[in-house]
Amino acid sequence: MTSTNGTKNHEKKNTLAKSHAHDWLNEHGDYLYRFALARLRDPHQAEDAVQDTFMAAIKANNFAEQSSARTWLTGILKHKIIDFMRKDAREIVASDLMSEQDANMDAFFDKTGHWQEQPKNWQMPDGELEQKQFFKILQSCLDKIPNKLATLFMMRDVHETDNEEICKELNITTTNAWVMLYRARMSIRKCLEINWIGH
Amino acid sequence: MLKCKQASQLSSRALDNKLSLREFFALKFHLLICEYCARFSQQLTALNIAISNAGKTIEGDTSIRLPRGTKNTIAQLLNSQQ
Repeated sequence: MTSTNGTKNHEKKNTLAKSHAHDWLNEHGDYLYRFALARLRDPHQAEDAVQDTFMAAIKANNFAEQSSARTWLTGILKHKIIDFMRKDAREIVASDLMSEQDANMDAFFDKTGHWQEQPKNWQMPDGELEQKQFFKILQSCLDKIPNKLATLFMMRDVHETDNEEICKELNITTTNAWVMLYRARMSIRKCLEINWIGH
Repeated sequence: MLKCKQASQLSSRALDNKLSLREFFALKFHLLICEYCARFSQQLTALNIAISNAGKTIEGDTSIRLPRGTKNTIAQLLNSQQ
């Protein structure tokens, strides 16, 4: 009765998968959430990405061969994060943020291409306390720029994905990526200059 | 001669891609003579590192936890899986 045995084995495997999945949720859920939050920045998206990861994990059903559940789950999560970023990036490209002549950007320079407001001299934080303060300000600056721009920025600068790979994944041209990253950096730098310079 | 606007764009792009030899020297030369762009360029590099550290800080902050409600939802979804 091969088919009955097969069904039994299948059921057994599923029960095992379920109990494993609950262990993983307890052991790695918080870590996976932080991992997602560091990259997506949006708590709701991070929660969704973690949820998608567990759903994919229980469906994949090939956990037994994995040496480290955390590594395996993180691998799945990375793909889920990229899915969210891809969705965000499509929206950036579609929006008028991408127009070559951007009024906000022109505000940084005068007609002759010189700085409208010359970059001020500010120091990067030194020491633990200063770093904490700086970190807080940086977070609030990241919150101020359009979320989608921040996402791309995080993908490049946190995810440590190289530029060509991002473009391929997000289906944008390298020129688009440079323009977007440039804008994100200009805005964040300006925000830091305003809020950090007092230190 | 590069203008500050172009120099700032090249400074940003240099963080993501290798510049062409021509762009590289044009930027180098501009940064030598323009104190503001030199400052800007240094700040961008520092910002890159700071952003990367910011991400690592979130990742390492064990006080940040998956919200209980979401955890329960996931647990229920796992149970309902065939």
